[in-house]
Amino acid sequence: MSDVVIRAEQVGKQFRIGKKQPHSRLSEVLMGWLTGPFRRTGDGDSASETTFWALKNVNFEVHKGDVVGIIGRNGAGKSTLLKVLSRITEPTSGRFGIKGRVGSLLEVGTGFHQELTGRENIYLSGTVLGMQRHEIAARFDEIVAFAGLEKFLDTPVKRYSSGMQVRLGFAVAAHLQPEILIVDEVLAVGDAEFQRKCLQKISDVAHSGHTILIVSHSMISIQRLCNKCLWLEDGTATMYDDVNAAVDKYLTSFWPEADQTYREFELDESKPVQLTRISLHNQNGDPATSFSCDEPIGIDMQFEVRRDIAGVYGYLEFVRADGLTVLVSDSQDLASNPFTTLQPGRRTIRITVPPRVLGHGEYSIYLSFASKRAETFQVDLPGNTLAFRVSDLLTARGDNRGGVVSTLLEWKPIEA
Amino acid sequence: MRVDSQPRASVEFPRMSTNTSTEDLTWFGRRTVWDSINVMEIGRFRSLIWQFALRDLKVRYRQTLIGALWAVIQPVVTMIVFGVLFSTLDGRPTTSGLPYPVTSLCALIFWQFVATSVIAATQSISMNAQLVQKVYFPKIILPLASMIPPLVDLAIAAVVLCGVMIWYGIGVSLQILWLPLIAAGLFLTALAAALWFSAMNALYRDVQYTVPFLISIGLLVSPVTYELTAVLERMSPGLQFLYCLNPFVGLLSLIRWSILDTPFPPLVPLVVSGIGTTILLLSGVYNFGRMERLFTDRV
Repeated sequence: MSDVVIRAEQVGKQFRIGKKQPHSRLSEVLMGWLTGPFRRTGDGDSASETTFWALKNVNFEVHKGDVVGIIGRNGAGKSTLLKVLSRITEPTSGRFGIKGRVGSLLEVGTGFHQELTGRENIYLSGTVLGMQRHEIAARFDEIVAFAGLEKFLDTPVKRYSSGMQVRLGFAVAAHLQPEILIVDEVLAVGDAEFQRKCLQKISDVAHSGHTILIVSHSMISIQRLCNKCLWLEDGTATMYDDVNAAVDKYLTSFWPEADQTYREFELDESKPVQLTRISLHNQNGDPATSFSCDEPIGIDMQFEVRRDIAGVYGYLEFVRADGLTVLVSDSQDLASNPFTTLQPGRRTIRITVPPRVLGHGEYSIYLSFASKRAETFQVDLPGNTLAFRVSDLLTARGDNRGGVVSTLLEWKPIEA
Repeated sequence: MRVDSQPRASVEFPRMSTNTSTEDLTWFGRRTVWDSINVMEIGRFRSLIWQFALRDLKVRYRQTLIGALWAVIQPVVTMIVFGVLFSTLDGRPTTSGLPYPVTSLCALIFWQFVATSVIAATQSISMNAQLVQKVYFPKIILPLASMIPPLVDLAIAAVVLCGVMIWYGIGVSLQILWLPLIAAGLFLTALAAALWFSAMNALYRDVQYTVPFLISIGLLVSPVTYELTAVLERMSPGLQFLYCLNPFVGLLSLIRWSILDTPFPPLVPLVVSGIGTTILLLSGVYNFGRMERLFTDRV
């Protein structure tokens, strides 16, 4: 009974990389022609070019009605795979077979033109996404009602707020009903309410027997929506299996080794600033990997500052074992970003998580350092560095407490 | 240096079920040049062509002060300027004996179509770069759709030409029936040029600055403000040959022949120009097909 609707065979995609594109200006091309008239230009296999494979020999089969989550780190090839399957870009090697009409949603408001009215844009965007005129006409009222923009139908979209544009864009996309839907998580932008509506709509479509491929970083939405999961790693399909099995494997794959109170990193002279050592300690300054909800968690980060590091900032995530990012911290959150004033040499920065913030559970510390002014945006990427455990020892509910945070609230009677 | 040559073989996954039907899948691999001009595929996207054309028309007329009038002003002013110029210099731009405004305007409105459509189409892919990277459609749709608004301009200008012809008391004869075919040829030739320029401009932005220059040269080296025979009789054979290689020479002369009943253009220049037209068409289509795969990765 299970029909194959997508089948990828040895799909590969190669990109050219490097700062210098083969030719950026016509004059250079003409010079190229003049100086090397017999050089092969077709596939650019000349030795001077740097290429990399964004996808390598990817094989998988999707059956009718499957909802497949595509997971993997940044740059693993997830978006490239979606682009190949929606035929936006061609595979460099291999082939894939598709049965049925494909609709791809890789951004909200695809094809919108700012000068046109809401009404005109519904038709334009609908057509761009692959709907026929009569299909749009038939669902027009539904689309407008879903977006809640009845009053602004004849206003140019340029006068819409960004929220209104996103609502209209999603309303059009949500009423596209192809046999196979390809969705990128970028759809889930906007406020929480909108994200919920997005996911609800995708889940409705999923439960109505449509085939869906969805890329997401949120393991929680993947597990809620999907029955299958494809895990990409460096462009290769590492695992294609039942969603729970794949997500479990994925999450444990990058979990830091347990019971390490510190970690040191190999020196790399090319980085202007580098995290060389990270350690965990309790309020007495003793190394620790296990904490009570009622004590502060200390994280010491030692840096090697080598050059001017203006514009550098740090980014930290506390990721819970199920993949949920519980807390994000940015060194620019508070008025002064310490990195702007660090002098060259060995420097230490301390972060303290106050008591009763993180709930019980296991956490990983994910770290990234970047600069908008550096040649390569990423300055240092330690990634998941250390793991620690938090337990709720003092309250009656203890580790049976649900939710995410462990903050205690007072239940206070007030005089009427 | 190459970071990675041919990728290594990856894990084969066990098939989910053994008796699955896969023969009714449509397969896609590397695109060939001919995929780009697959007429069936383009036909499936015809509603998108109309939507893009409609978008361009609406946006243009909403942002301009004189709107459709612009389509008339340009050829008329060009006609007046060249008319005055030729009479001041004591030139002889015609051999047919027709009033200059009629013979000049007749070719000018079609040249105007070529000029505006090629310029619009040149930017069609780079201006829709965002779209090209987010949805699939045959890319040829973009230059094609951007040539439709200039067609509307042509229709408006044609009304003015009719008025001028009536004013001078010039009627049409039976060979006007050839006009649709000749005009279709002109459309295809302009499309061929548009395919060249739009594909090149997607990768090299300086093309869009070059095209207006080529167009203004084109006006001078095509029989637009003068008649073909008027220049040919004063050229050496070598120059004649070079001149006639211009793919638009034959078509513009034929347009004049079909509308104004001027003598049929001389055969040899017609054949030479026809060869030019064919080369432009085939190479334009081929080059577009070859470059199309680069648009998404490198626009």
